[in-house]
Amino acid sequence: MNGPQDLGGQMGFGPVAPEKDEPYFHADWERRALGVTLCAGAMGAWNIDESRHARESLHPADYYSSSYYQIWIKALETLLKRHGFVSERDLDAGEAIDAAAIPKRVLKAENVPAVLAKGGPCNRPMAEPARFKAGDAVRTKNFNPTGHTRLPRYARDKRGRVEAVRDGFVFPDSNAHGQGENPQWVYTVVLDGTEIWGEGADPTLVVSIDAWESYLEPA
Amino acid sequence: MSHDHDHDNELDPFAARVRALETILTRKGLIDPAAIDVIVDTYETKIGPRNGARVVAKAWSDPAYADWLKRDATAAIESLSYTGRQGEHMQAVFNTEETHNLVVCTLCSCYPWSVLGLPPVWYKAPPYRSRAVIDPRGVLEEFGLTLPAATRIRVWDSTAELRYLVVPIRPAGTEGWSEERLAELVSRDAMIGTALAQEPQQTREPA
Repeated sequence: MNGPQDLGGQMGFGPVAPEKDEPYFHADWERRALGVTLCAGAMGAWNIDESRHARESLHPADYYSSSYYQIWIKALETLLKRHGFVSERDLDAGEAIDAAAIPKRVLKAENVPAVLAKGGPCNRPMAEPARFKAGDAVRTKNFNPTGHTRLPRYARDKRGRVEAVRDGFVFPDSNAHGQGENPQWVYTVVLDGTEIWGEGADPTLVVSIDAWESYLEPA
Repeated sequence: MSHDHDHDNELDPFAARVRALETILTRKGLIDPAAIDVIVDTYETKIGPRNGARVVAKAWSDPAYADWLKRDATAAIESLSYTGRQGEHMQAVFNTEETHNLVVCTLCSCYPWSVLGLPPVWYKAPPYRSRAVIDPRGVLEEFGLTLPAATRIRVWDSTAELRYLVVPIRPAGTEGWSEERLAELVSRDAMIGTALAQEPQQTREPA
């Protein structure tokens, strides 16, 4: 979706302002927000693509005025409601009132190290060979889907070159919507800065994206 | 940890909202608050940019390791026991005299947690995410880094599940240094691409 998350090339947000010796957390609630988000995800009711889509579906004004942990929590409330774990009444009252759906699993403290060390690999075996090979000229798709996608607006309908064939990966555009993993080959595709930004572009700039196969056409 | 004190009226509204959510989920038996403590401790004290710095120092010291890191970063990094969440599919990209690498996630906050830990706020915020792909030189200037005009800049937008680690150029004057000493020259920002490795005189003398 052409949502607030799709930031590449947007203007007006000001300087980056890195903080010297920045702490990992700026308030204790950020620690709890990280942990609650990971523990809730570990219930197994949704996948990372659905999470990302919930975050980018915040109203743009809300997204841009929220810190990243705030974005996580707001999206998490949406996910928990959608999957029947909390109700609007629970959240309004700040208490557990309504019964919850049964999770696939509950992450216990003793299992955290193993779960974090294992992660959640998203590569999948592919039955079909890759359509493109390194060096192939390609054009990225021109589309504006209302659902989740990982092809940023600035990189649509652009000429580029396949630099590397990576692996088969779960396709986020369907997986975010409960429509299956439908794995596709992913390629690192390089785009010249001048192709993306045109007049005035930095001539020394090359940008790469990692693109699922259906984002690409031969050029 | 201060989350278990009882003065809710002292909390700002968002802190209260997070605490309420944690309470609801805990009472419903959906989460284990002790698991949150372990997660926080892991990312606050165990997994951070020192992991990545050791990978870089080893690549500087050992050409065979550097070659492995180029070909199969996930396996090469796993050999140092850095694995797991948001590091499942790693790529290492090597700076050269001709090309400087910079990593961003314009669409969210993708970042190689297994080697760099949790991302800093600026990495997740709109100014960096919007400008890294269109004005990387301007962004680097804000980090105090001015690259030669002829240097090619390669920006890696982490749009899929590959996570990128920049291997900066090894500074001159570090011949014969141990990996431990070399690792001290490698900052988090150097592994994102918003800094170079520190020059030897910028670090303290070994005791």
